[in-house]
Amino acid sequence: MAEAATGALRRSLNLARPDEIYNAIVDAHKDLDDEQCRAFDARLILLLVNHVGDADAIREALAAARPEREGEPNDR
Amino acid sequence: MGSYEYRRYPYRRPAELDGRSKRHPVVIVGAGMAGPTLALAMAARGIPSVVLDEDDTVSFGSRSICQAKHSLEVWDRFGIAGRMVEKGITWQQGEVYLRDKPIYHFDLAPEPGHKFPAFVNLQQYYVEEYLFDSCLAEKLIELRFRNKVVGVRPGPESVSVDVETPDGRYALEAEWLVACDGVRSAVRHLLDLPFPGEIFNDQFLIADIRLARELPKERRFWFYPPFHPTNSVLLHRQADDVLRVDFQLGRDADPEEEKKPENVDRRLRQMFGPDATWKHEWTSVYTFTCRMMERFVHGRTIFVGDAAHVVSPFGARGGNAAVADADNLAWKLARVLEGSSPAALLDSYCSERRAAARENILNSTRSTDFITPKFPASRAFRDATLALARDFPFARALVNSGRLSVPTVQPGSPLDTPDGDSDWQRGPAPGSAILDAPVDSDLGGFLIDHLGPGFTVLCFAAGAADLPCLPAGVAGLMVGHEGPAPAGWAARHDREGLLEQRYDGREGTAYLIRPDRYVAARWRRPDAMVLAAAVRRAAGHG
Repeated sequence: MAEAATGALRRSLNLARPDEIYNAIVDAHKDLDDEQCRAFDARLILLLVNHVGDADAIREALAAARPEREGEPNDR
Repeated sequence: MGSYEYRRYPYRRPAELDGRSKRHPVVIVGAGMAGPTLALAMAARGIPSVVLDEDDTVSFGSRSICQAKHSLEVWDRFGIAGRMVEKGITWQQGEVYLRDKPIYHFDLAPEPGHKFPAFVNLQQYYVEEYLFDSCLAEKLIELRFRNKVVGVRPGPESVSVDVETPDGRYALEAEWLVACDGVRSAVRHLLDLPFPGEIFNDQFLIADIRLARELPKERRFWFYPPFHPTNSVLLHRQADDVLRVDFQLGRDADPEEEKKPENVDRRLRQMFGPDATWKHEWTSVYTFTCRMMERFVHGRTIFVGDAAHVVSPFGARGGNAAVADADNLAWKLARVLEGSSPAALLDSYCSERRAAARENILNSTRSTDFITPKFPASRAFRDATLALARDFPFARALVNSGRLSVPTVQPGSPLDTPDGDSDWQRGPAPGSAILDAPVDSDLGGFLIDHLGPGFTVLCFAAGAADLPCLPAGVAGLMVGHEGPAPAGWAARHDREGLLEQRYDGREGTAYLIRPDRYVAARWRRPDAMVLAAAVRRAAGHG
């Protein structure tokens, strides 16, 4: 549920080889402890956010990524 | 301790104690940076004032050291900004370090053609001393030292103030009472007015020292330096070869322990090495709050500066905002006292300066959150930014060690006339501060030298036929004209073409400039009617 949807955030697939990128992200965390993961993710987010540049898309992504209050899908 | 000699200013027995009392148009409480600035700005408009201060000397300790360009431009009207520049340290560059490596360099005023630099570092006691000198030389200002306000009784036509002196107590009657008495404002306490806001628990140690070595002029800020690896350190040079060193101590530090000379010396030794020698000027452990009153005008009592709003020190937004408050208020209060504007004009002081205070609090809180992250994810993003800053230019822009004070924009003020023409490429829009630029004349070399205590219309016009008709009491400044100026107008030469450039000054373009050097309106070619309407509106008649 993304109540603040303005349409700036792409919802359809934008990756040529989705499984490859998904696994690259997961694998990059493999040998990191929790604190290292947090630091890694923070750097990754900043790099990608600057690359995206579109403030509306970023705000929409921030709203969409927030854990939902009850149940699914994030808490399942 | 200290190289500055604190002069004691004389106490004089107030006339009221001998039964001679009268109603004063303006009584100002507090002789810090805001109070004397306000008194001088009122005197420049012919309004007398009495300034009360419980002490008899200037600020103890260097306190507010970064005097911004916009404050210097205000003080220049009183002839003391030149003294400040001469005495202080002009700087505009800053360096931010992560551990021992520089990661970010900034330059605050890369643009030439302004009378004053971005910042001059000068200890608050010098600023106050120069302000006091001007006040004492001004017949319209009565500076009363060792006069402490102990009671405030607001009435519909005036405010009555009870004042305690070495010779006893007296009552003072003021048409307007202006509280410039700082963060612990006695006036605010006596009127029992709330001061809501946020308290921050991080502690900081200021060590002002004179170091026997060549000192850097630029501002230096370290995150996790080798000599203070758990926190941040700020280094800044002041007049008299004094260095401000500001150590972040964290939340759990014991302020009494930290203040002990041997502990301060241990930190300084780690920073400057085994061979360095220094003398102490001033030591202080501080925490801070961000607070703002809900209204700055309560009946006939008005709050200015720290009495009305406080911010963290990051960004030099305390003293400089207080000066901007005083400058915003002075012309409005003068007009109300003269009867040329309704008292409602003062509502715009509250709305404009509350918007400015909000902007200052927002900026200083963001800096505070970056320097002292409050939760683990906040720290993770801060550290990620610092880690990326060396290799990625975008991340350097996110490094926030204080966003330094510039004039706030006051959009949507009821005094401003919104743009009607839409073809502006550049230039300050209504609600923005003017931009200085060089002009040629024997009276002074910059635009700010030619803006008086009232409204000014700045017009780019080659011929007298292109000038709009000036409303009464408004000064005209024309640029681009050859030969003698028509009545009411002064002709100035755009020495380097920068005025035309900065104001997008095509033929016929006109700006209405407020007494506090903010733009109230602008047009491509105004007629007498729209100009007169904009002046009425800017004077609170709209």
